Amino acid sequence: MKVNIHLNKRVAVIGAGMTQFRRRILETPQEIAWEASSKALEEAGLELKDIECVVIGSAPDAFDGVNLKGEYLSHGSGGIRKPSSRVFVGGATGVMAAITGWYHVASGMCNTVLVVAEEKMSPARPHPQSVFRYIWDPILEKPLNPNLIWIFAMEMHRYMATYGIKKEEIALVSVKNKRNAANNPYAQLGGNITVDDVLNSEVLVWPVQLLDISPVSDGGAAMVMASEDVARRYSDTPIWVDGVGWTLDNTEWPARDLAYPRYLEFAARMAYKMAGIENPYKELDVIEPYDPFDYKELHHIEGLRIAKRGEAPKLLKEGVFDIDGDIPSSPSGGLLGVGNPIAAAGLMKVISIYWQLKGTAGKMQVKKPVHTGLAQAWGDLMQASTVIIMRN
Amino acid sequence: MVTSLKEEELHKHVLIPYKPNAKYAYTAGQAQSRYLLGLKEGKILGRKCVKCGKIYVPPKMYCDECFRPTDIWVEVMDEGYVMTAVASFISWTREKISEPELVGVIRLLPSNPRDFVYPGIFHRLCVSYEEVRNMSVIGKRVKAVWRPKEERKASIEDIQCFKVI
Repeated sequence: MKVNIHLNKRVAVIGAGMTQFRRRILETPQEIAWEASSKALEEAGLELKDIECVVIGSAPDAFDGVNLKGEYLSHGSGGIRKPSSRVFVGGATGVMAAITGWYHVASGMCNTVLVVAEEKMSPARPHPQSVFRYIWDPILEKPLNPNLIWIFAMEMHRYMATYGIKKEEIALVSVKNKRNAANNPYAQLGGNITVDDVLNSEVLVWPVQLLDISPVSDGGAAMVMASEDVARRYSDTPIWVDGVGWTLDNTEWPARDLAYPRYLEFAARMAYKMAGIENPYKELDVIEPYDPFDYKELHHIEGLRIAKRGEAPKLLKEGVFDIDGDIPSSPSGGLLGVGNPIAAAGLMKVISIYWQLKGTAGKMQVKKPVHTGLAQAWGDLMQASTVIIMRN
Repeated sequence: MVTSLKEEELHKHVLIPYKPNAKYAYTAGQAQSRYLLGLKEGKILGRKCVKCGKIYVPPKMYCDECFRPTDIWVEVMDEGYVMTAVASFISWTREKISEPELVGVIRLLPSNPRDFVYPGIFHRLCVSYEEVRNMSVIGKRVKAVWRPKEERKASIEDIQCFKVI
């Protein structure tokens, strides 16, 4: 694959902020964006007048129940009278927003970018699931009355069947992530659960049960990215973005094998090449793979080439991905523990890696010293994937 | 700044009901129209790109790999192998339903188990919940159960479900 790595400027992250992730937050989406943005500016030591460009990431308008969410959120995101843009690639949006911020700076267009992601899923009645109805092919799929969880259950079952993976092995992801989330002050669903709790929870779409899936959430996240000269002036601990990658696969998910996330492998190869990573298992110190479902973290670890196909559950069982393991995975608690306000959840993963590399992750901080981290997100009809690699 | 709703507030929040009453008339396009008419005759049609050999089911007028028009219509079998199957206990509005809906993805023949991309169809399976739950249906050979000819309407519903043979 040909990758353009002719960059104009090196890019750093110098500040980040988040709101709590909760169901039915009382603030409006704009207020949520403002809270996250002002926290990010504060950590960066900048004021809004120092920001040259604004990137807003938000998934379908339909969740917040307002149209053109980029324009709607621009006040709260500090984007008025600035080059502002909104990106949207479904669940992959959160990381795509960071990547977009990165190329605003890497290209030399802006020296400082405020990247803001917001999502409010709880306004939809009777349930945000019904908003997903329009994701299906109107003629060939919608007559079967599908629910969004169907496709992911299909991917999960295909993954289990192909490699002989048991539900007990997958449930360990939920146990690990909710346990990690107990250390995260922003988290919605942290706590100690057991594999049995997962296996005994309500069956939604077999094999997906209630505790296999992330909750409905509202929340916001924001990050300040800057060129090297600005970053050195404002921060003693800039965290460098060394690799990015993103790809789409086709939307014909019934016509491709769901056992392996090919879209992610392509995105990861692009990011690894840019960051000069040849052996991800050895060279990555901490990762935040996207985990809206527990099987998805394992699936993504394989797509990222950290584990061989079908072998991620084995490594998980050995403790490789625990907070004190070789490659701590989702030390923040991930979407399963922190919550899943879609775009904000993806940016939360990037911010989590940023705080880990900066050493300010508090109780979430992994035990071993970390120098290279990766965050990843995924979305649409099992189709879009975005990867970002950072170093301190 | 962030406040969760209190228990009593959950019961007395103001709801603004809004029904856009939006209606859409979707176009099926050249490829899908022919596909739907094929279903009415009990045939599953696809389009083949002779350059890369890929068969598109549901059909497409272009090959997304070669980025050129697909070349010929082909008929694939109404038989194939179950790639994955699930049982839904919730409706599309996330209400509980007692009888699970059983659906899955079928790799239609002719195709090869080693193919990453294949002619595929997403449809209902006429099997039991137990067979889905214990995964025994995955990998089974299935065949379409067609609606009686006079009831067919050139829709995906012209196939009732896929049945294990």
